[in-house]
Amino acid sequence: MTGAQIAANALEGIRHGERKRLAAQLFNGLMYGAIGLAFLALVALIGQTAVKGLPGLSLQFLTNFPSRINPSTSGAQSAIVGTVYLTLLTAVFVIPVGIATALYLEEYADKTRWWNRLIEVNIQNLAAVPSVVYGILGLAFIVRGPLGLGPVLLAGGLTLGLLVLPVVIIVARESIRAVPPSIRDGALALGATKWQTVSRQVLPSARAGIVTGVILSLSRAIGETAPLLVIGAASSPRFNPSGLNDAFTALPIQIFTWTQDPNPQFVDQAATASIVLLLILLGMNGIAIVLRHRYEQRW
Amino acid sequence: MTPVTSTERERVRADLVRARSARSAREGLIKGILVLAALLSIATTTAIVFTLLQQTLSFFGTVSPWDYFTGTKWTPLLAGDQQSFGVLPLLWGTFYLTGIGLLVAIPCGLLAAIYLSEFAKPRVRKAVKPILELLAGMPTIIFGYFALTFVTPTILRGLLGIPVKQFNGLSAGLVLGILVIPTIASVSEDAMRSVPSSLREGAYGLGAGRLQVALRVVFPAALSGIVAALILGASRAVGETVIILIAGGQEPSMTLNPTQSFQSMASFIAATARGDIPQNTLKYETIFVVGFTLFCVTLLLNGVSAKVVGRFRQVYE
Repeated sequence: MTGAQIAANALEGIRHGERKRLAAQLFNGLMYGAIGLAFLALVALIGQTAVKGLPGLSLQFLTNFPSRINPSTSGAQSAIVGTVYLTLLTAVFVIPVGIATALYLEEYADKTRWWNRLIEVNIQNLAAVPSVVYGILGLAFIVRGPLGLGPVLLAGGLTLGLLVLPVVIIVARESIRAVPPSIRDGALALGATKWQTVSRQVLPSARAGIVTGVILSLSRAIGETAPLLVIGAASSPRFNPSGLNDAFTALPIQIFTWTQDPNPQFVDQAATASIVLLLILLGMNGIAIVLRHRYEQRW
Repeated sequence: MTPVTSTERERVRADLVRARSARSAREGLIKGILVLAALLSIATTTAIVFTLLQQTLSFFGTVSPWDYFTGTKWTPLLAGDQQSFGVLPLLWGTFYLTGIGLLVAIPCGLLAAIYLSEFAKPRVRKAVKPILELLAGMPTIIFGYFALTFVTPTILRGLLGIPVKQFNGLSAGLVLGILVIPTIASVSEDAMRSVPSSLREGAYGLGAGRLQVALRVVFPAALSGIVAALILGASRAVGETVIILIAGGQEPSMTLNPTQSFQSMASFIAATARGDIPQNTLKYETIFVVGFTLFCVTLLLNGVSAKVVGRFRQVYE
């Protein structure tokens, strides 16, 4: 090899290295761009909501009923109360049923049996069904048809409950599975029955995960619009639901109604109600974090 | 100690048997309750399929399935000759807007996932992940509001100068993309992080750079999980309702022009089905036919995703 060839090879090597570095830099730029875009979208989303909505946020907005004529005296009381009731109803339905199903699948079911596998696959699939389809189910089965409740608060709670039930089951199963088998063996060896073991050892140990999962699922239920639209939640009612069999609305429905209004001041109220909704979600997430720290167990 | 008489022994034994049977009866009862709860999820599925199928069959008694699946005009609410039940415009709207969304979400989500899994320092990762989670936890109604009041007037018309309609597919599709970014990013990040580090170390040992390791070793190894993430994202976009309902307009159309209005299957259902819709009418039945179509599409997507994960999963050790 002559000196010139060696020099040429070396140069080629350097160029190759440079190209590689350039590619790496380009790729770095792309990655930062992607993260930046997601971040920007979030900032714009929250920024737009805050800019349009904050001026309207007042005690009056929280305590007044929605108006169709006068934006300055309009508020979201019925929507806020409706959302709170719906959340409680959903929780009352979904917590026992979800945990019971998770316990059955993790602690009792024989996984080699086809019917137990069917239940598992079924729950996975239910979790992926679009929320609007649950709305159709609610309309045909709960509002009309077999249950025939009408478009009332209870129907809304049940529909949302069915919607988030698969999520609650999946999260609860994961937390139950994370409890080490030695805990169960210990309890059984001391003469506890299956149910005593499950209810006094396994469930308390899995509490942190279950509570967090339930709260996060509930916050998904709160943000849902489509199923409530389909089952016929009231738009802008000037009353709170007085019982389970009364008409209701919820914050997402109220926000939707306001975005459809030709008067831009009402459209701004959609942003104000969005802020209220976000604050409620933030509060629930905060509670989830606190409870998680409180109950967390390490093995 | 006095010897135990045989009658006493009998009594004790009877007591024990009774206690044990009471105990096992209670255990059995509890198991029964748990089974009942588990069966509720089966009942839910049955109820969904049953209601959808029942009304769908009744609908196909009036409208021929051929007209439904091949018709290019969807005007179920008009009267007389104007009425037409071709579902293609709704399918087109659904997939076209999903496509626009994925055009944004796939590059963005995957790049974010590669960064978080392979490049980011733990501290940066800890700061970036909550942003994605925050985006993922936002109610979609707020995305819809954002598309209508910000993306359409400020970004598309103002910044980019695109003459879009007030309700247009571009804005709805883009925001759909933003909605799906966190799903794609976090699921494919999980897939990439579960690639064993021995693979990376081997590649580094052979002189590969960071970028090469990320793109040629980790990415292919995690491909099954990444594809599943993409399908999951697509399925989420297909089923999304309110964003399209608010910002996409409510006109079924089959145009390629994204500045026009569109309607998707889900947004048609939400726009048409209200609590006061009269029962046993053709209008009522359309909700169920379209709902059934949507249900089948998402089921299909999930089946494909499960297959992909099953078939192309790389098993390490």
